[in-house]
Amino acid sequence: MRLEHPTLLSVDVSARYSGFELRLRQKISLHGITGIFGPSGSGKSTLLRIIAGLERAGEGRVEFENRPWLDSTQGIFVPPYRRPVGFVFQDVRLFDHMNVEGNLRYAAQRARNSDVDYDEVVGIFDLGEHLSRQPQSLSGGEKQRVAIARTLLTHPRLLLLDEPMAALDAGRKNEILPYLEALPSRFDIPAIYVTHAVDEIARLADQVLVIRDGESGGLIRPVELLDKVDVVGGAAEAATIIEAQVVDQDPDLHLTRLQYREQLLVVPELGRRRAGDSARLYIRAGDVALATQKPQGSSFRNILEGTVQAIEPQPAGAFATVLVDIAGTSLRANLTRHAVLELELAPGTRVFALIKTASFDR
Amino acid sequence: MPDLGPLWITLALAATTTAILMILGTPLAWWLAGTNSRAKPVVEAVTALPLVLPPTVLGFYFLIALGPASPVGSFWMTVTGDALTFSFSGLVIASVFYSLPFAVQPLQNGFEAMGRAPMEVAATLRARPLDAFFTVAVPATRRSFVAAAVLSFAHTIGEFGVVLMVGGNIPGKTKVISIAIYEHVETLNYRDAHILSAGLLLFSFAVLYSVYAYMRGGRVSAA
Repeated sequence: MRLEHPTLLSVDVSARYSGFELRLRQKISLHGITGIFGPSGSGKSTLLRIIAGLERAGEGRVEFENRPWLDSTQGIFVPPYRRPVGFVFQDVRLFDHMNVEGNLRYAAQRARNSDVDYDEVVGIFDLGEHLSRQPQSLSGGEKQRVAIARTLLTHPRLLLLDEPMAALDAGRKNEILPYLEALPSRFDIPAIYVTHAVDEIARLADQVLVIRDGESGGLIRPVELLDKVDVVGGAAEAATIIEAQVVDQDPDLHLTRLQYREQLLVVPELGRRRAGDSARLYIRAGDVALATQKPQGSSFRNILEGTVQAIEPQPAGAFATVLVDIAGTSLRANLTRHAVLELELAPGTRVFALIKTASFDR
Repeated sequence: MPDLGPLWITLALAATTTAILMILGTPLAWWLAGTNSRAKPVVEAVTALPLVLPPTVLGFYFLIALGPASPVGSFWMTVTGDALTFSFSGLVIASVFYSLPFAVQPLQNGFEAMGRAPMEVAATLRARPLDAFFTVAVPATRRSFVAAAVLSFAHTIGEFGVVLMVGGNIPGKTKVISIAIYEHVETLNYRDAHILSAGLLLFSFAVLYSVYAYMRGGRVSAA
């Protein structure tokens, strides 16, 4: 937990749209980044818009730090400009009739507290050299950086991010991720992050609220997310999220060494982390190979020892997902069914999971 | 050289009408762009009526609605001591309605094209609605405002039927250019009719050309 006093958000709302109903009741103790995860059309964005006051169709009650923002039975509706929330939209929405500085100043001028340091925010988001540029000339990643900086300048007490990376390609995502990761600790503001991407949750979230068909599936830890087959189901690729401890950094080779269940992992340098910090890794099942003997002279840097726990063949395909038990947690590996047969894998078989270092490069 | 009095009355009428239309038409267009109300098509139809009705029909109803026997006309009479019909003020009222679609439709289209997104952003950046309107919506739709103002102005200048019905032909008060041309033709003074007609033609073309060029420039830079 990054904040000493978690912020309480209580939501009990319903909203009805054509062919869709949101009915959600959840108390969230906000700290760090709370991910809201669910498939497309599950009501995640609607929930976020109700919290921000942008969606008038919502009925029920929204309470933030014991202050009602919405109470339809008592006719309470705090308009969005009076709620101390910052909102980052999926489609960015910079003001095109102002340059970058104009966009930032617009927010800074309207901030209730003036203790947000404009220059500091510009510095943190590396916007100094872009201030006089027009939004149309910025790349997708730069635009979203401006948008996040802009909303932080209003000095929000709650940051709402609605799939801020959905419109970005993989390269731009990597550009913006470090900024997002650093948000809660740099600004001491809890954030709610809506996404349907498991890898974003794995990297960013401290807790996850699962939403399915407009209903709450409860609050879980990110490492538990991939076990929620009912939610993730076919929507996400088979993968594993593990939490490992940083052992040390190797600045020469740009690597970070981590310890996971007494075994060593080497991944491309994870910025801003010191020995003892925990880091969450997202491992795609397709990036894991299995061997029955410890390979010698291989380029695989990460070899974890474990035993086969279960084999889930995909009925109509060439592949099978093998669950490998590594000191109590399951690692998923995608193998061909042919390989499963030839290696004679069965529950209890001792195996070595080989994970390509490159697969951690996000 | 023809008498230029009608020119100044025409310009004063167009300027006053445009100013009033921008003040009244903007909130109306804003409401139309954002509402799901069942009254919307009714209001839209009423707003568009001047586009299809013969000006004489509008002028006839205005003559009755503003006449000394009507509530509006008699109220005006007691307050100002003047009749509303056959006065400049009466012309302004009739012109505002007559040119209403030329102000409302470009603005409504502009607001609809802008959508709710910019106003939502402004709200999350702590801008109150009126603040957001002037700092975000107006700059984002400034081309629509220019188009609305220019078209209202130009359309009011081209008025004839409504003016004739409501204002008559009183030199120095309600005699606008289009009426003056009509009068010159009636009295076979083709020379002055030519001068005024050609002036109006050139002016109208110049205005419309500027508007279309300005709108085209907007599309190019937005692409």
